[in-house]
Formats: sequence, C-alpha cells, structure tokens
Amino acid sequence: MTEPATSTLAEATIARPGFFTSLRRDKKAVAGAVILALFVLAAIAAPLMAPYDPNDMEYDMIGAPDWLHPLGTDDLGRDLLSRLIYGARVSLFVGFATVGMALLAGVALGVAAGYYGGFIDSVIMRYIDLQWAFPNFIIAVYLVAVFGTGLSNVIVAIALAFIDDFARVARSMVLTIKQEQYIDAARTAGTSNARIMWRHVLPNALAPLIVLATVSVSNAILAEAGLSFLGLGVDASTPTWGLILAESRSFISRAWWLGLFPGLAIMLTVLSINFLGDALRDYLDVRETGDPVRA
Amino acid sequence: MSKYLLRRTLGAMVVMWAVATLVFFMLRAVPGDPFTAMVFDTGDPTAAEEMRRAFGFDQPVYVQYFKYLVQAVQGNLGTSIYGSRVPVATIIAESFPRTLSITVLAFLIAVTIAIPAGLISALYKYSALDHGVTIVAFLGLSMPDFWLAILLIIAFAAGLGWLPAIGYAPLSEGFGAWLSHLIMPAIAIGTPFAAIIARMVRSSMLEVLRTEYVQVASSKGLLRWQVLLQHAFPNALIPVITVMGIALALLMAGAVVVENVFAIKGLGRVLIQGILNRDYPVVQGAILIVSGIFVLSNLIVDMLYAAIDPRIRYE
Repeated sequence: MTEPATSTLAEATIARPGFFTSLRRDKKAVAGAVILALFVLAAIAAPLMAPYDPNDMEYDMIGAPDWLHPLGTDDLGRDLLSRLIYGARVSLFVGFATVGMALLAGVALGVAAGYYGGFIDSVIMRYIDLQWAFPNFIIAVYLVAVFGTGLSNVIVAIALAFIDDFARVARSMVLTIKQEQYIDAARTAGTSNARIMWRHVLPNALAPLIVLATVSVSNAILAEAGLSFLGLGVDASTPTWGLILAESRSFISRAWWLGLFPGLAIMLTVLSINFLGDALRDYLDVRETGDPVRA
Repeated sequence: MSKYLLRRTLGAMVVMWAVATLVFFMLRAVPGDPFTAMVFDTGDPTAAEEMRRAFGFDQPVYVQYFKYLVQAVQGNLGTSIYGSRVPVATIIAESFPRTLSITVLAFLIAVTIAIPAGLISALYKYSALDHGVTIVAFLGLSMPDFWLAILLIIAFAAGLGWLPAIGYAPLSEGFGAWLSHLIMPAIAIGTPFAAIIARMVRSSMLEVLRTEYVQVASSKGLLRWQVLLQHAFPNALIPVITVMGIALALLMAGAVVVENVFAIKGLGRVLIQGILNRDYPVVQGAILIVSGIFVLSNLIVDMLYAAIDPRIRYE
C-alpha cells in the first residue's frame, strides 16, 4: 500500500526530469562534465590513446615537449603523455572503487545504527566517532603503514578511511526519516525491518549520499595521489600521477614539464568532479553533507 | 560547563587509549617483522634474534602491550630501532616545533586571505569579483598540496632564487630565516584551507544578511558598515570558527605530505620515514602524538564554540 507513495517520493528527488537542463545552465558543471568525460575516455581506452608504451625507455631523456612527445619525456626517457594517460586508469579506478566500497559499508553501518538504535547504535557510533576525530588522509596513511603498499591495499585503506563520513550521513538521514508517518504505516502493515530500510528509508536518504559520494571521489583521488607521492601507493612499476610527480622531483628545476603536467592532470580531474558535485548539491538542494573539511 | 569539560577530557583520554591500542595490535598483526628485513643483508639469522631481544620483541604480545602503555603514560615512547637508536620522545620533541610552525603560519596566511575574500564575495554577490573568488577557491580546493609545493619551488626557489628550496631554520636563527624557509610550505598547506574558509564565510554571511535582526538593524538607520561589522559579521563567524577548528586537522594532514617535499623533519616526515623503515616505535609514537593533537584541537573547538555562541549551553 505504502510502497508506491514512497517510490514516487524517491524518484521525485533523484530522477526529477530536468537535471540535465539545469546542468547545462551551470557553466562550471558543463566544463566539469566535459573534462571528466575526457579523462574517463583516456582511462578506458588507454592502450588506444597512448602514443607509446608508458614503460618504454627508448626516447631522449628529459626531452622537452615537441611534436613527437607533446608533453616531453622523463629522466628515463619515457613518454610523459603516455604515462599520464595510463595514470588516469589508476586514479579514476581508485577514486570510484574506494568510494563505492566506503558507500556500501558506511551506509550499511549508518542505516543499521540509526534504524535499530540502542546497543547496536552505541557500538557502531563509538567506532565511527573514533575515526571521525582524524582526517581521512591520515587514516589512510596509518592503514597503508599496517597493510603495506600495493593497489588493493591502497584501495582498502582509502575505503576504510572514508567509511565514517557515509555512516554519519546515512545515520542522521535515517533518524529523520524514521519519524515519518509512512514508516509507521509500513511497520503497522507488517513489513520486515530489512524491507523497510531498503524500500523506504534508503531511497529517501539518497540525495545527500549522492552529493557526499561525489565530493568523496575527488578526495579519494587526492588521497591516492598523496599516498603514491609519499611512496606508500601502488607499486613502482605502475605509472600513477602521484608517483610520476614524486619521481620527477629531482629534475623539476630543469624540466618544468615533469613538474607541471602530472599535477595538472590531478587538478583537472578533481576540479571537474568538484564542479559536478557543486551542481548536484544545488540541484538536489542538499545543504550539508557532513563536513566539506573532513577531506 | 566544568562537568562537561571533565566528561570530554575523559572521553579524549579513552580515544587516545583506543588509538594507541589499535595501532599497537595492527602493526603486530602484519606478517614479518622489521628485524628480519634489517639484518637480511648480513645473512646472520642470530643477529635478528638478538635485536628482537634487545627491543623486547621476543616477549609475549600482551607483555609488550602493557609495557608500552605504562611507558607511554610516563612519556617514554621507546627508542627508534634504526641508526643510533634515538629515543622516540626526543625525535618527536625535535620535530614537533617544525610542524607547529608550518601549521600556525599556514593558518594565519589562510585566514588573512580567506576572510576578506569571503566577505567581498558575499557583499558583491554574483559580481565579477565574486566569480573570481569562487573560481580561485575551486582551484585551491582541487590542487594537490604537494603539487602546489613543487610549483612554488619551481617559481620562487629554482626560478627566481628568492627563497631556499628545502630545509628549516628555527626561530632562534632569526625571524627572517624562519619565515623564508616556512612561507612556501605554509602556502602549499594553507591554500585548500583558505578555499574552504572563503566559501564558508561567503555562505554564512549571505545567510546572516537575510535574517531579521540584520534587517532590523538596517531599518533603524544604522550605517551599512555598522550593520555589517557589529551585527552581521560576528554572527556569520560562528559556523566559520567550527570549520576552522576542524580544518586545523586538515592542515596537519597537509603537513604530513608537504614536509616531505621540503625535506623538513617535522612530525609528518618522521611518520612517513618510520613507515618506510618499518620502525615500529617511531610509527607508534608519531601516530600517538598526531592523534593527541587532533583530539585536543577537537576539544578546544567545542569549548570555543560554547564560548562564542551564547545559545549553546552544555549541562
């Protein structure tokens, strides 16, 4: 009985026609969408788009940008453009994978805490509060220190570091929604707890979670770049933007392109996602998603 | 208020204990230990055994844990297992002032730029100035701090030669030397923070300007600057101050990376070097101290918040 009512409500907040119209009106959002699409395309089609093998050391060492190597070559004679295109794979994969995992785990914890309350709530929230006291990046550094480096460890570390943000937002949404009459109605109708959470609570908590997820993707990309830069990232044979910057540090005084382009790649990706996130926030009318500062 | 303070202080101590315990056991849950790797080159298996004994790593884990806790409470964080085996407390005492210097300077620079920028943005909403501030804020927020650090070095150290590229000079060597070493790391760390504060000041100010008491103040004939400075701005600052406090943590996180770019041996560099060397006592000690700083700054923010906003009262 109550289901049709809530699903229309959910659709009304999420899939309201006109999102793309409102997106098109926002110049920042259009720029963000275009830039992000280019980077995603580069990441997916890296073998087709990269002019050279990213690990081939066959070209001039520290060669300035020219027609053959539009972004120059590094100290080992590798083509920088090809390395950056392959680097997009790691950055974007880590960004989306970590946030996907953190979203699933965080929302599960937050919804459970908010819906059941009591003892479950206290146990979950004590842990979340503990994590909340620290910046996500520091937690990721701690966890990589424990797990060790490598792609999967880095992904798990960043995902765990972001869990608390999602849990807190999910929990507070659930606490608000729990008071609504349609939840009482569903309960009276004998709907199971799991079903109520899945069909009624979650769809109504989606808007702030979507906005938080968007911002988190850009923060996760920055976190991965930072870890790679510190030598705590994916292994040294994989070109990642942070690692390329770290490797080129000693040469930047005579090879500006090595210092400029990898950072530009990180910034443009993060900027495009932030622009989209801002547009989403305006469109979904989400005022606060936890704390923008917790990055 | 004092009851609240007591409860929060106790809570902070529990958090510290939880962090110390988590870090201790997590580091030990990882297979392999640092000593095996350290003496790998010598090819002498007894050497690792000897070192393990020397640092008490041969004892049962729970004995190590209680020893570690008791010593930590007394301010003894063990000694580094590398090089000349310096006590961890000494390493931290040396590195902490550096991190603190960078963080404080970054905070001052960021706030000095961000508050006027946010105010201008709010007062001239949708003007070219406002758009400019917004775009710069977005760039600052999206720029990795370590990259900004590299760009600053390229421009001001390698290019113009105005500033030293790396290193640190304590205040005792003179303010000029101190500042010239720290200004670039501080800008690198402070930029994303300034972006957040400027955005926050803008939205908070816009909100306050819409409230009734500000409109009443205007309609009773107060001058515009009086309304802004005496009525609007102090109220707009309240949410900004909480964000500032939380953002101190962000500055510390930035310092961890940026200290490594400028080869400044602050807490961040100590922590990362410790991790790369698998120097457990150093990692444990550094994490404990960094955690302590976060917990303390959270506590101070809550106190400040209560002091500034009379509407907030703790039982």
